[in-house]
Amino acid sequence: MNMKKYTPVFCLIGAAVIFQIITSVLNREFYLTQLTMSAYYCLVILGLTVLMGYAGQISLGHAAFFAMGGYTTAVLTTWNLAAAQEGTLARLVVQLGLSTASTNAYGVEIRHISPWVSLLVALAITVAVAFLIGIPILKLKGHYLAMATLGFGIIVYRIVLGSRIFGEADGISDLPPFRLFGPLYVSGDPALRVQNFYIAAFLVVLAVVLLQNLIDSRMGRALRSIHGSEEAANAMGVNTARYKLHVFVLSAVFACIAGVFLTHFNGGVGPSEADVMKSVTYVAIVAVGGMANLWGALAMGMALNYLSLRGYFGSYDEFVFGGILIVIMLFFPDGLLKKENMRSLTEAAIRMKNKIWKRKNELS
Amino acid sequence: MSFEQLLQYLLSGVTNGSIYAIVAIGFNIIYNTTGIINFAQGEFLMLGGMTAISLSPYVPLPLAILIAVIITAMVGAVVDFLIIRRLKKPTVLNMVIVTIGLSIIIREIALHLWDEKVRSLPYFTGNEVTSINILGAYISPQVLWVLGVSAVIVIFLGVFFKFTLTGRSMRACASNITAARLCGINTRNMVTISFMLSAAIGALAGCVISPITQTQYDCGTSLAIKGFAVAILGGLGNSTGAIIGGITIGLLEAFSISVLPLAYKDAIAISILLIILFLRPSGLLGKKEAVELKEF
Repeated sequence: MNMKKYTPVFCLIGAAVIFQIITSVLNREFYLTQLTMSAYYCLVILGLTVLMGYAGQISLGHAAFFAMGGYTTAVLTTWNLAAAQEGTLARLVVQLGLSTASTNAYGVEIRHISPWVSLLVALAITVAVAFLIGIPILKLKGHYLAMATLGFGIIVYRIVLGSRIFGEADGISDLPPFRLFGPLYVSGDPALRVQNFYIAAFLVVLAVVLLQNLIDSRMGRALRSIHGSEEAANAMGVNTARYKLHVFVLSAVFACIAGVFLTHFNGGVGPSEADVMKSVTYVAIVAVGGMANLWGALAMGMALNYLSLRGYFGSYDEFVFGGILIVIMLFFPDGLLKKENMRSLTEAAIRMKNKIWKRKNELS
Repeated sequence: MSFEQLLQYLLSGVTNGSIYAIVAIGFNIIYNTTGIINFAQGEFLMLGGMTAISLSPYVPLPLAILIAVIITAMVGAVVDFLIIRRLKKPTVLNMVIVTIGLSIIIREIALHLWDEKVRSLPYFTGNEVTSINILGAYISPQVLWVLGVSAVIVIFLGVFFKFTLTGRSMRACASNITAARLCGINTRNMVTISFMLSAAIGALAGCVISPITQTQYDCGTSLAIKGFAVAILGGLGNSTGAIIGGITIGLLEAFSISVLPLAYKDAIAISILLIILFLRPSGLLGKKEAVELKEF
């Protein structure tokens, strides 16, 4: 294993652990809640970074995949099996051992479909949909691709908003916790904050390691060649259509997993998760993160989502977000986390240090 | 469905369609000179409508609209001067992200300036209950205003692009920006003019539709999305395509309401747009090369 390659990953793990310890020591564990949510949103952003930055395909419809994950698990796990005991389907589910029991907020025991099953169903649906729409959509280019993916997002949003089964404008709430194994639960219970933070952090680290390796693989090089010039890549024997489709499906899967986990963590899901503005936000964060830059996207995703979820900007939240987009595009068009920016920052720091030194010498 | 009903749906479809077409034409003007989609186009409509509404108690309606159009055109110019011109790396994606940021900022400023109440301009002629009977279908006189203003805008643009030097220079930028620069056209100024022009058209449209659709700080987004869909359907940069696309989407929406619940109105129109895109990847009237040339 190449240790140097994984240094940033270890730094990330270290940062997560240190942050958790600091908040726990200071008795400020509630900060972890929004950090957990930001981490799940970052999963979507990481998947999208590979699609946009490396394969060069824009998608304004990723909130739809997120919502597909969230709503699938919400619909399935809130289906009360005890009440539907007479139904053949419900009995079949129980007999196959796909159900699990948990206590709801009122302390009543309920029997419902296991979240593991709903996770698998959500993944199956997302992969199928991403595959089916990916084949025709990825033939489009530029603004036409943007419009088609945006259109897909709108359709999903409208279906979610207009269908009784998805709770219309109210969404679905009162989801049972997602028991991963043993004592590990994904739920919004304040007592489980720390373990939930680590579950989310684990998923993000896993995603980063996976995508890092993907980018450095044969597939990653093929993707970059597509971004450079699709015609040239085709001429070199790269099956561009297949690679584009695979990355599209992969990023959809990331969004779906994020949707399932965050929905169980929040205990509910609403139509705003499928909103077009949400998709636009994901794309914008990838862009300000520097497009083909996993770490930049991760840093910007964590920072912007966290600040916005904590409500630091009050009613100026969106205003600040728009301002950040414009400022970064104006002054740092390649994203903030670029080597040149870092270098000029260190140079500025060195100048500052020299100045202070000089003044000190003059004084003495 | 009776004839009167059919006519009613038809008229409502054409009205909405012509609104979408105007928004799409606003997109096309900027697309032709810069190659980008200006996602703040819907906000220009909102700004125009809101400014006119705030002015209307103090000055006569036509003057209020005129001032609103001028102010919005100024906003368009300022946007270009302060931001678009100063981009270090004006790639298509960077510019699109900037316009997304702009649309968010303009919307938030409007929210803090005007609060979140729904307002509207008074009807240009008559009031909410006045209606004209056309072969058994009833329409508001404002609908005629919308159709008339759309027609005037289209004719004005046609004349402007064909017979004036500025209009011709802008068309030159659209077909080949390097060649235009070599011919001595100041392409940067053309971009400014295109921003002002599309802001002005957006503001005018925003005023005319305000009595029917009402104006709110966030009413621009949905109009912009529709306008974008229409511009794509007609083929980006093609104004005739925008009109055809706009009326197609308008009619589709109007008739989808007669068969399916209102909630699915957008979904139906967009699904058909997607199907058309899959069959014709460059829109109804778009040229294939245009798609290849300007991409992210």
